[in-house]
Order: sequence, then structure tokens, then C-alpha cells
Amino acid sequence: MNGIHDLGGMDGIGPINPEQNEPVFHDDWEKRMFGMFISCFAGGHYNVDEFRHAIERMDPAHYLDTSYYEHWLSSLETLLTEKGVITQEELDERKKHIAMEDA
Amino acid sequence: MAHDHDHPHNKPLSDTELRVKALESILLEKELIDAEAIDLVVETYETKIGPRNGARVVAKAWTDADYKSRLLENATDAIAELGFSGVQGEDMLVVENTDDVHNIVVCTLCSCYPWPTLGLPPVWYKAAPYRAKVVKDPRGVLDEFGVALPEDTEIRVWDSNAELRYLVLPKRPDGTDDMSEEQLADIVTRDSMIGTGLVSAP
Repeated sequence: MNGIHDLGGMDGIGPINPEQNEPVFHDDWEKRMFGMFISCFAGGHYNVDEFRHAIERMDPAHYLDTSYYEHWLSSLETLLTEKGVITQEELDERKKHIAMEDA
Repeated sequence: MAHDHDHPHNKPLSDTELRVKALESILLEKELIDAEAIDLVVETYETKIGPRNGARVVAKAWTDADYKSRLLENATDAIAELGFSGVQGEDMLVVENTDDVHNIVVCTLCSCYPWPTLGLPPVWYKAAPYRAKVVKDPRGVLDEFGVALPEDTEIRVWDSNAELRYLVLPKRPDGTDDMSEEQLADIVTRDSMIGTGLVSAP
């Protein structure tokens, strides 16, 4: 299936801007995201093809507008809710709760 | 535990941070993940699995002709001889740069990359501009990385996939005949093993 992820050969996407002395992770949340991906993969909740496919199902504009680990976040949320491991309501409520505590 | 905040108090958590924290908190509660296991995995990829591994493979190939033959014949096994194997490096192909041919690796569809030898990929490798451009205008991409090749050098771009990952064996620079394998490993850069850089003598 083609889609926005099929970027090879597309013109006008902009400069590459490689970062010098780039750290492995840029933010703490990226580390947690990476670890959750590995843990849930090891737990057998999805295979790598399913994981990538869930990224490819992202809204195309959102796909281009978000970073790599945000793609992972989107994919993990999609797969775990589709498979009934967690619900969107749980995620929404917990997010609200954490935001309140953070305020 | 009222204050296990890991950010300055004047900056509210972003929506992405909130979503990640919510997800982690629920998965911890359901005992589907283990916080310490996550710490360990993060530390492993920050300190142990990175381009220094690939540099050792390259330096050995430069100094040991038999090893180089094995590496070009069956990269997965030859790389495993040095202790590097596993996730996202199950099937490897090493492509050699010569006076006539320069190789570059990309994953146009996503982010496939040889983790055991190079670690996790840099942001630019996973982002749209590199993936879009390198298959169409590799010399333009090399120019963005400050690399100029002779006009008659053939450039081969390898598009990685979930089954096969590539590592570029860069050209050993002139003037390094007296260097040991360890010294050579120190001058091999990550980008030279992706193909967006060259190795220079120190």
C-alpha cells in the first residue's frame, strides 16, 4: 500500500540539516517511548510489521508534522487500543490526571 | 513521590509528554512493562550499542584480508564473530566502497537501520528530507554533508527493509598504513558507514 510514508523521490521536502554530535535521545520522553516499544514488543503485543503499519495509517499531514518517536507513540496507542490491552478512555483520563498534578 | 518531576517547574508538560506518561503509567499499573527494564534498555542503547561496534568491524576488515572476505561473503556471521548480533541486525549485507563505487544506505519507507553495528539511527536518517532526496539526488545529499566525489564515481543507493540491513565498508584513507586496528577503529565515523561521509586520516 502506498501512502505518505512512501517518500522516496519526493521533491521539495526541505534540507536534511544533520545535527552535529547528536545525542542518542533528545528528551526523556523519547527514552521512555523507546523502552516501552521494546518491552511491549518483547511481551508479544505486536510484531514489527504491525507496528510499522500502524505508523503508516497515521493521518498524512500529522505524519509529516511529527517526530520519529511521536510516530512510535501514535503506533503504540493505536495497536494497544485496537487489541484491547488498554482503552482510549483510560488514556484520556490518565492524561488529564497527570496534567492536573503537573499544574 | 509527589515530586518525581523531571522538568523545570516553569514549563508545563507538552501534550506528547503527557501522552507518553499516561501510557507508561497505565502499562506499569497493568504490569505489562517494568520501569527498571526500560531504564536498562535505554542505558544499553546509550552506552553499549552504537557506531563504535561498526567501527570495529570496519577496522578489522581493513587489517585482516580473510576477515574482509568473510564479511563481504556473509556479513551477518562475520559481524557476529565480533559479538554483534540481534535485533534489527538479523540479516546484514556489507557493501564496499572502492575507487569506482560509493555506496549510501537509506530506508525510504521508514527507519530500518543496522542496530547492532550502528546503534539507533540519527534523526536526519529517519526524517522525510533524507529519505525523499537520497534516491533521486544522492550527489545533492552528499553535498549537504560536505562530501564531494569525482564525477565518474558510480553511486549506489541501497534501500533497507525489514528483512535486510546494510553497512557500508568505507575506503581506508591513504596515510594510515602504520595505524593499528584499534587506532583505525577510532577514525571510522558513523556517517562513513551509512555512506554520507568519508573516513579521513587523522
